[in-house]
Amino acid sequence: MKEMNQEILKKVLDHIGKYKIFLFFSIVLAAISVILTLYIPILTGQAVDCILGPSAVDFDGILDILKKMAVIIVLTALVQWVMNACNNKIAYQVVRDVRDEAFKKLQILPLKYIDGHSHGDIVSRVIADVDQFSDGLLMGFTQLFTGVVTIIGTLVFMFSINVSTTVVVVILTPLSFFIAGFIAKRTFSMSKLQSETRGEQTALIDEMIGNEKVVKAFGHEPQVMEKFTEINDRLQKASVKAIFFSSLTNPCTRFVNSLVYAGVGILGAFLAIKGYISVGQLTSFLSYANQYTKPFNEISGVVTELQTALACAGRVFEFIEEEPQMAEPDNAAVLQAPKGSISMQNVCFSYNPDQKLIQNFNLEVKPGQRVAIVGPTGCGKTTVINLLMRFYDVNSGSIRIDGIDLRNMTRKSLRESFGMVLQETWLHAGTIRENIVMGKPDATDDEVIAAAKAAHAHSFIKRLPMGYDTVITEDGGSLSQGQKQLLCITRVMLCLPPMLILDEATSSIDTRTEIKISQAFNTMMKGRTSFIVAHRLSTIREADIILVMKDGNIIEQGNHETLLGKEGGFYAKLYNSQFEAVSGCDA
Amino acid sequence: MKSLLKYIKDYKKESILAPLFKMLEASFELMVPLVMAAIIDNGIAGSDTPYILKMGAVLVLLAAVGLASSVTAQYFSAKAAVGFATKLRSALFSHIQGLSYTELDTIGTSTLITRMTSDVNQIQNGVNLTLRLLLRSPFIVFGAMVMAFTVDVRAALIFVVTIPLLAVVVFGIMLVSMPLYKKVQAALDKILGRTRENLAGARVIRAFCKEESETADFEQENELLLNTQVFVGKISAAMNPVTYIIINIALVVLLWTGAVRVDNGIITQGEVVALVNYMSQILVELVKMANLIIQLTKALACAKRVEGIFEITSSMKSGTFNKYDIEILNEDKEDDAMIIFHHVSLTYSGGGDESLTDIDFVVNKGETVGIIGGTGSGKTSVVNLIPRFYDATKGHVIVDGIKVIDYEIPVLREKIGVVPQKAVLFKGTIRENLLWGNEHASEQDIEDALRISQAKEFVDTKEGRLDFMIAQGGKNLSGGQKQRLTIARAIVRKPDILILDDSASALDFATDAKLRAAVKDMGNDMTVIIVSQRAASIMFADKIVVMDDGAVAGIGTHEQLLADNKIYQEIYYSQFPDKKANAANEQARR
Repeated sequence: MKEMNQEILKKVLDHIGKYKIFLFFSIVLAAISVILTLYIPILTGQAVDCILGPSAVDFDGILDILKKMAVIIVLTALVQWVMNACNNKIAYQVVRDVRDEAFKKLQILPLKYIDGHSHGDIVSRVIADVDQFSDGLLMGFTQLFTGVVTIIGTLVFMFSINVSTTVVVVILTPLSFFIAGFIAKRTFSMSKLQSETRGEQTALIDEMIGNEKVVKAFGHEPQVMEKFTEINDRLQKASVKAIFFSSLTNPCTRFVNSLVYAGVGILGAFLAIKGYISVGQLTSFLSYANQYTKPFNEISGVVTELQTALACAGRVFEFIEEEPQMAEPDNAAVLQAPKGSISMQNVCFSYNPDQKLIQNFNLEVKPGQRVAIVGPTGCGKTTVINLLMRFYDVNSGSIRIDGIDLRNMTRKSLRESFGMVLQETWLHAGTIRENIVMGKPDATDDEVIAAAKAAHAHSFIKRLPMGYDTVITEDGGSLSQGQKQLLCITRVMLCLPPMLILDEATSSIDTRTEIKISQAFNTMMKGRTSFIVAHRLSTIREADIILVMKDGNIIEQGNHETLLGKEGGFYAKLYNSQFEAVSGCDA
Repeated sequence: MKSLLKYIKDYKKESILAPLFKMLEASFELMVPLVMAAIIDNGIAGSDTPYILKMGAVLVLLAAVGLASSVTAQYFSAKAAVGFATKLRSALFSHIQGLSYTELDTIGTSTLITRMTSDVNQIQNGVNLTLRLLLRSPFIVFGAMVMAFTVDVRAALIFVVTIPLLAVVVFGIMLVSMPLYKKVQAALDKILGRTRENLAGARVIRAFCKEESETADFEQENELLLNTQVFVGKISAAMNPVTYIIINIALVVLLWTGAVRVDNGIITQGEVVALVNYMSQILVELVKMANLIIQLTKALACAKRVEGIFEITSSMKSGTFNKYDIEILNEDKEDDAMIIFHHVSLTYSGGGDESLTDIDFVVNKGETVGIIGGTGSGKTSVVNLIPRFYDATKGHVIVDGIKVIDYEIPVLREKIGVVPQKAVLFKGTIRENLLWGNEHASEQDIEDALRISQAKEFVDTKEGRLDFMIAQGGKNLSGGQKQRLTIARAIVRKPDILILDDSASALDFATDAKLRAAVKDMGNDMTVIIVSQRAASIMFADKIVVMDDGAVAGIGTHEQLLADNKIYQEIYYSQFPDKKANAANEQARR
């Protein structure tokens, strides 16, 4: 654990290294500012000593002291300001660097990572964790540093005035430290209970309000309310305890502080009577006694904050250091205007080693052929696409396009050769036009409109408030699922690469529009090698090759007629289930 | 905020006592410098040891009493703040439960969840801090000034100048930087949005080789965030140095004035020390107050948002007919009509044009009715009117002889089993989920429902069968499995009316066909409404309603519609291109 923390710390320091000069300034200025700040009480004390009583005031002396004070005050303020600016500069720039790094990483991570991790978790690493780590770690550092310097400085100043009073302060102050620690330990279990109960409640709220319509449809409101109230009451009890006990820290440390103050007051007064110290020095002592516990409390706060910050930094670096996708070989071929012959030889693939999926699969697709992938729900049809686009790499065997192994060509040229429409439509926050020209940024307006017309998207885009310049939010906002899909099709229509992948491309479009689109698709697919995944048997009947998948495996392969002719074949059964219903009705 | 205050009513005592005790603590704190002054002026000057000890004891006593009152205050404050938040949360949740679909649509789920969770927590913190600090800080600031006046009026005038000056600086910087922090937040939201977008769209971005341009955009936005942060940082970094200068220059002036006053014999040395102490107390409290105000503005903004939710009331008034009334009313009802749409039109709030126009048809008891049409043709809108999820803007929907608006809403919905488009299951066992349909369902009812919904086959393979734990959102089930369980949930209810709203979309044709056959075989008088885009799913129905652009484009059986309804023909042949020929062949064979 400790070693790990050290390792993380080292990485953090590496990132700060770029801003060494700022860091150096920050530390030097912090030390100066602390010492100057601590010098003020001494000067105040000296001034007080000049004010002895009626007609016993040393005006010359006091004027000197006050002048000195004024200079120091202005200097301190200046130093503080520059120091703060330095700290900000370091903190924010490190955050920027780390985020840039994380985002770059995001683009080269294998999809396996992105598919296998919660997106919310990754986002919180890149955003919240980075913030927390910069706040906690960098601010924590400076606080820790000034805290330590303050403590040492105060001790030195105090010892220089009087030893025995200093001893009282030194003995009594750790008491507040101790009490704060004691309370924190006791409240830990209560805060834990509170946050657990709160988590439980949030989960319930999330689930129920997120699906409020279902709750209503089943008239389940009273039951839900009952469950909510039960958790809410538990939360109340836990919260009162947690909040009350954790709020005891301040009064308790303040109490210890007051004790120190009283102790210094009494002892100082005795010493003053004996003439060991002056009243002014007592004043300096009293203000030190007031300030002395502050850095202790701050440090104890900083330590916990540093720990969380370190944990956050760990999560961020873990992400940044995640294994990237396989690097391209130096002599990787650039696929240029491929003819589109695809061959899969002895392909084995599975998402996790325990569960075998595709084994020894062979497939030969001639240029311009149409391959349909069919199968029941969740049979892993998208797996084939993942392999073709090289979102995932095969475990063994090879996939070749025009005779070149996918692993020996650049990803960019491979992916540019495919036009892809996926089941989950994905749109960028931006204008409709920006979304359409993704694959061909230099497209003219005429080209864009022509593509939109071909995809039957033009008529609805035209009716949007700003036409092609309508701004849509992340994931499409007000557009219907069907409209989003039309936009994704337009996107591919515009750049028309030599090979196509259509995954459930028309699942959310009504069949009448689909007919029109499929006509467009047919023109699009002419002469292009294409892979189509769809539930609708009607759209795949005309395919040259049909791959029938079940439980991740490809179990049958052939064209419509041969597969249908196979007695007891899976495809035949699938097809007939639709047919049966029809004939049942006819009878 | 005002309307939320009623939730603190039960904690009136606590919310008055908490600040009172806090002020008590503050008053004890304010006495300390005076005691110290007495020690210096009487004890040290007079070399009076017993006096010093006595005053020392007073200091300890003040500290102890201060601790006691502060602890009391913290307790009352925690109790009041948490109690308030608990009540508020409960009321808000209950309020949300009472909203109708229309309001849920306009507000949006994620908004509601944020209001319920982080907003209420912020308010709780705000209340807690207010009770503890809002009175204490000004009390100490002004208390210190008042105490200064009791020491010496001339010296106290320095306080009168310093305090407003400090206040102007502290609150001025806050006022300037707060909107800037909002800008920082907006910039942060932007890069957060882009990160999320890039995760969701990883495949598309890579397919179009957009990695580099996305990274460039991100870096640009990130740079903007950095610049804003550094700018705000510079301003707020000025807060400490400036206040430091003001308070310490005031100290210098105070010492000089003090010197003159002592020289003239008006005040003593100890009193100068007391004045110096009061000055340093002020700064600490002012900074606390500035932080408090930041917290409070946040809490107030949250309170306003929560209030906004309370102000939205359900647009749907429940009817008054309960079960008993309905039985009496239906005693001598003779016709078979189960559902009647009587010239119904629907306009969604804020939706502009009518979504449904003049829908008029009758569904008889025990019938199976299919509703088919293209995307956005209004199929779902039609079925949503039956359980009164939305109210018709024109015309009436009549269920079992009574207008839906006259039913007590729970009584109406009990009669209906709905399987929504999106398959939603809740965290809990399969059994618990199915019992949503009917709390009193027997084990046999559940098994029957599983069999009919074609869910039995996969439930049998799950560990613990009915006791299999479904994860939140049904994440550990496939789309088709979830859909089958939602169908089972509706069937457990043994409803008079079963509505399947495109509920078989994730099922393959074979399972879909089996499901339909099993529902048909249930052999009770259940009226079934099936919404679908697939002709195959509805062609066997007793009656098919063809929807187009929010209006009924035709009603009839499959044969009738195929014979004379253009839209139905188009839909059908788009799905069965070779059916025309096939049908002819079959006829020939016979």
